[in-house]
Amino acid sequence: MVAMSLWHRISGKIVATWNLDNYIEFFSKSHLLKALLNSIEISLSVTLISVLLAYPLAWIIANRVPKKWQRLALIMAILPFWTSYVVRSYAWLLVLAKNGIVNTFLQNIGLIDLPLAIASTRYATITGFVHFFVMLLTLTIYANLRQLSPNYARAAADLGASGFRTFWHVILPLSLPGIMVGAFLTFVLSIGDYITPKILGGSNELVLPQVIMLQIGRRADFPSAAAMSMILMAVVTVAYIACAKWLKMERS
Amino acid sequence: MLGQRLKSFGVWTYVTLLYGFIFLPVGVLVLFSFQDSRLPVMPFKGPTLKWYEAVLSDSRLVDSMINSLMVALSSSLVAVVLGFLAAYGLARMHLPAKGLQRALLTAPLTVSYLIIALGLLIMFNALGVPSSLWTIGIGHVVINVPLCFAIIYSQMGDHQINIERAAHDLGAGDMQTLWLVTAPMMMPSILASFFLSVTFSWDEFIIAFLLSRFDVTLPVEIWGMLRSGLSPKTNAAGSLVFLISVSLLILAELLVFRKLKKQ
Repeated sequence: MVAMSLWHRISGKIVATWNLDNYIEFFSKSHLLKALLNSIEISLSVTLISVLLAYPLAWIIANRVPKKWQRLALIMAILPFWTSYVVRSYAWLLVLAKNGIVNTFLQNIGLIDLPLAIASTRYATITGFVHFFVMLLTLTIYANLRQLSPNYARAAADLGASGFRTFWHVILPLSLPGIMVGAFLTFVLSIGDYITPKILGGSNELVLPQVIMLQIGRRADFPSAAAMSMILMAVVTVAYIACAKWLKMERS
Repeated sequence: MLGQRLKSFGVWTYVTLLYGFIFLPVGVLVLFSFQDSRLPVMPFKGPTLKWYEAVLSDSRLVDSMINSLMVALSSSLVAVVLGFLAAYGLARMHLPAKGLQRALLTAPLTVSYLIIALGLLIMFNALGVPSSLWTIGIGHVVINVPLCFAIIYSQMGDHQINIERAAHDLGAGDMQTLWLVTAPMMMPSILASFFLSVTFSWDEFIIAFLLSRFDVTLPVEIWGMLRSGLSPKTNAAGSLVFLISVSLLILAELLVFRKLKKQ
């Protein structure tokens, strides 16, 4: 099925012979390139922020919460996962809108006079994404941390390492493969998503999936939409190769 | 002592803040679904159920909810059967290029749904298949088969081969073994992948959006509601969806993961 869809896509629907022109057009138009850059920038920052936020939470759940409560703590941490994708973005819009919770709160405590324009910027998109992926990463990193034998930490402590040094030199490197898997998932899922940037980011700064949808929706231009999809897939492939290489190095 | 206390204070502050962040949108969503005014923003005015009434009396929303359930259940059933058979074949039979087949089966997991949707749309257009709930269902089968395959395959251990051999020795045919021995043994992972597929399909937007025309699924209908701006009715619909998904989750937890744990 996938192979077939690829085939149709590459041959293009309207003019079957002009294959590469779609790609050349993409790279010669600055607003399209900008969308690609936006996509990559946003996904990279989402990945970084999510890992930085989720790792401590996963660590605390794995090490500081009593065993009996760990499962509950984890389920609580990922419960909003089960709000629908569309609904979750909408909920963030309620929080971040001009008359939303955040602005009302900041105005009430007198920190700002005029509401901040957070919605319809890339910061809203990033917030929405980070929210989703913190939950996902907490889950994957927790699973990874639980698999580590406590003997490693004990051995390090026996050899005289302080708590922080044990963490930095032993636990963190050991959990890197898990982090990388989660980070790769985050990058791939966020760069291919249309909903969150559309609802939260608005149309001031387009990302690649939005541009693809514009090609389909407004212009019914399937060949160029397909070409852009191939570019999107190429970016994902590059990310995959980068992660795979990195993981292998980690193992040897 | 003071250092310890500061540390644990820091830890719990961090946890509280992060849980707050995680629950903030859901809390706001649910709270303002009870809003007694036209806009789901501060200040909050008294609880009312009128928006839930509006949702449940909106026939298009209810229809789309039924559509979603139908698509989710039937596409997941097909995806699980296909995934199970593929896993069985690759784990138990001698097939050429096993590694490649496995890679091809799991590769779509990393492809964006948008790209899968686009590929399907172009293909259906080329074949002249009109968009309907059926095309959405096929799309969801496409995204869920790799998932079901991966889950079931990973649980298909070698230790179960002996039991299957024993069945063969006792005179069971291939189909009998598959149906009466392997499938029941794999039931926990089969159920797990079924529930996961249902939740994925239930929630999926972009494929359903691109491959539908008149009959739409719930996420697409809610998407349509968003165009008219913020409204407590959307909050109510979203809260209901959340409630249904969480019930599914609890059901899955009770039915499947308890069993998995016991094993």
